[in-house]
Amino acid sequence: MTHIFVWITVVAYLSSMGLYLRFLNTGKEMTGRLATALMILGLVAHYLALLLRAKGTHTVPYHDLQGSMSLFGWLLAVTYLCLEIYHRQRTVGAFVLPIILAFFFTAYLVPDHPSPPSAAHGAVFALHVTLSILAYAAFALSCVLSLMYLAEERLLRIRKLGDVVWRLPPLELLERMSHTGVLLGLVTITVGTALGFLVVDRQPGQAAYFDPKYVVTLLVLFLYVAYFRLARTTAWRGARASKLCVFNFVLVILSFTVVNLYFSQHHRYF
Amino acid sequence: MEIVLVGLNFRTAPVEVREKVSFSHEQALRASEELRSQGILEETLVLSTCNRSEVYGVNPAANRESAAALSSYLSKFHELNPDLLNPSLYHHYDHDVVRHLFRVSAGLESMLLGEAEILGQVREAYLRAHDGHVTGPVLNRMFQAALEVGKRVRAETELGTRPMGVASAGMKLAERIFGKLNDRTALVLGAGTISEQVVSQLRDRNIGHLYVTNRSREKAEEFAAQYKGKVIEWGEWDTALKLPDVIVSAVGVQEPLLTKPLIERAMAARGNRALFLMDLGLPRNIAPAVAELYNTYLYTMDDLTEIVQQNRSARQSEVPKAEALVEEHVGKFISWQASVELIGVLDTLRDSLKARRAAFLQEKLNGIDRYSAQDREHMGSLMDELIERLLIAPAERLRAEKEFRKKIQSVEAIRDLYLSDREKP
Repeated sequence: MTHIFVWITVVAYLSSMGLYLRFLNTGKEMTGRLATALMILGLVAHYLALLLRAKGTHTVPYHDLQGSMSLFGWLLAVTYLCLEIYHRQRTVGAFVLPIILAFFFTAYLVPDHPSPPSAAHGAVFALHVTLSILAYAAFALSCVLSLMYLAEERLLRIRKLGDVVWRLPPLELLERMSHTGVLLGLVTITVGTALGFLVVDRQPGQAAYFDPKYVVTLLVLFLYVAYFRLARTTAWRGARASKLCVFNFVLVILSFTVVNLYFSQHHRYF
Repeated sequence: MEIVLVGLNFRTAPVEVREKVSFSHEQALRASEELRSQGILEETLVLSTCNRSEVYGVNPAANRESAAALSSYLSKFHELNPDLLNPSLYHHYDHDVVRHLFRVSAGLESMLLGEAEILGQVREAYLRAHDGHVTGPVLNRMFQAALEVGKRVRAETELGTRPMGVASAGMKLAERIFGKLNDRTALVLGAGTISEQVVSQLRDRNIGHLYVTNRSREKAEEFAAQYKGKVIEWGEWDTALKLPDVIVSAVGVQEPLLTKPLIERAMAARGNRALFLMDLGLPRNIAPAVAELYNTYLYTMDDLTEIVQQNRSARQSEVPKAEALVEEHVGKFISWQASVELIGVLDTLRDSLKARRAAFLQEKLNGIDRYSAQDREHMGSLMDELIERLLIAPAERLRAEKEFRKKIQSVEAIRDLYLSDREKP
C-alpha cells in the first residue's frame, strides 16, 4: 500500500515540477494552477506514505534517516505551498520542487539503518521534533529564495539580463518571501527548542545533561534573529542580508549532519 | 461570394498619405453604409489606425471587380487624386484577406512587431461595425477568429511579452526590482519628450507618487499638472533624492548632474532602500560611478537600447510560432467557408435540377392527355424525391470530408460540372 502512495507522490511531484518549469517559461496562469494542484496531490500522497511507513515500523517517521528526510521534504513542500499562497507567487516552485524531490528520493533509496529506540517519546517530544524539522525546512526555503535574490540582483547590476531575469519574481518580493520563511523558522525553532528542554526536564536523571546540539541550535537561533534584524538596517538591507541567510543555512546543514552524526548523542536525524 | 480587402499601411504609404486616408469612427461607419447602399459590398468593415487604413468587405458576386470599385470609392471619399492614392493601395481577395487580417491581429504586420495595441483596435473596429449593422455572417466570423488568433499568439508565444521601447524597458526593469509600482515614488528630471514617454509609462503602471523637477519651473508645473505630479525645486537634490525609488533623468547637461557623493548621501538618507536610476540624457546625466553604490541599479540609454535590441531579436525568433498559429486559424476559416459554400452549392444544384425536371416533364408530357394534373404532380414529386436521394450520398460524403482542400476541390468540381455561370453561387 505504501508503494502506491510513494508512486503517486513521485508522479505528482515530477509532473508538478514540469508544470512549474513550464509556468516559469510561459507565465500561463492555468499551467501554474495545475502545478499547484499537482503539488497538493503530491503532498497528500506523501503524507499518506509517511503515515503508512510510521504504522508499518510502529514508530514515528523521524526515528530513522529515511523517515526524517522524507518528513523534511514533506514539511518543505508544506512551507513552500503556504508561502506560495500567502505571497501569490508561483515562480519559485520550479526551484523548490527539485529539492523536495531530492529529499524524497534519497529517503526511499538509501538502505534502512534501524536505529536504537529513543529514550524520549510522547506527544511533546513528537511536537519538538516536528517543529524542529519544520524550522529547518523554512530555513531551507529562505536559503533558496536568498540564492535566487543574489543571482537576480547580480544579473540586474551587471546588466546581463538574458532570458532569465524577465521570468523571476521581483527582488523585493523574494526578500519578503525569505523574511516570511525565516520568521516561520524562528517561531518554530524557538517553540521546538523550548519543548525539547521540557522533554529533557521530564527525563529522570537528565537535569545536568549537556548536548553540543544545544549550543549549535542556540547559535542558529541567534544568527537568524540577527538576519531578521539586520535585513531591515541601512548597512545590510538587500544582498548582504541574503548572503547572511545563505551562510546561516550552511550552519543549519552542519547542525543537521556533522553535529548530529558525530557530536550529539540524542539528536540522530533531526 | 468573395472576401475583399483594399487598404494601405506604413509599408506602402508615407505618413502624408496615411493621414489623408484615415477614418474617424463616424467616417468609418458612413463609408461602410455607403458601400453597402451603392451595392459595391454586402458586408463591410473599416479598420483605421495610425499605421493603416483598410476596408474589408464581402462582395456577393465573385467577379474580382470590387477592389477597383473600392479604390475608386476611397479616392472619392477622401477627395484624393486616384493617381496619387492607387500606388499606395494593396488589394487582397478571399484567403489572402483572411491571412492578412489574422497577421494584423497577431501583431505580425505592425511597425513594432508583436505590439498589443492593434488587437484592441481590431476589437474596437469590429464592435463598432457590428453595432452599426454593417457586418454580416462572413465578416463576423472572420473578425471573431482574428481576435482569437491575436489572443492565442499573445498567450502562446513571446511575441508581445518583452518591452520594445526604451521607456517601457526601463519600467519593466523597475518592476523586476520593486514589483508593482503603485506604492512607489518616482522623480523625473526634465520635462521634454523623453520624460513624457517615461511618465506616460509610469502613469500606466499607476505609480504611487510622481515628482517632477526642471530648470524652468513654469514648464515643470505644466508638466506636473498634465500628469498629476508634484514639482520639486530644481537643484534641491538632498530633498529631492531621498524620496524616490525610481529616478529618471533626461536633461541636457555638459557634466553629470547626479554625482556619486550626491547619490551616496541620498542612499544613506533613505536607509539604503533599492534605487533604480534611468539615465536617458546625452551627455550622461548620472555619473557612471553611481552604479558602484550598494543597492543602486543604474541603466543608461545604451543599456536600455541594448535590451530593446535583444528583445527585438527574441521577438523575431517567435515569428514562426505565431505564423503557424495564423495558418492554423486560416485553415479553420477556409474549412468553415467551404462548408458554408457547400450548402450554397447543393441548394443551387437542387434548384437547378428541379427546374430541369420541371422543364423535362413539361416537354415529354406535352400533348399526352391521358395523365391528369394529379398524375403529373405525382410524377413530379417522385422525380423530386429521386433528385433528393441522388444528392444525399455525395452531400454527406462532402460534409464528412476532413481535408478541407479536398472539400473545396469537390465544391469547385460540382460548380464547374453541373452549374452554368449564371447559376454559380
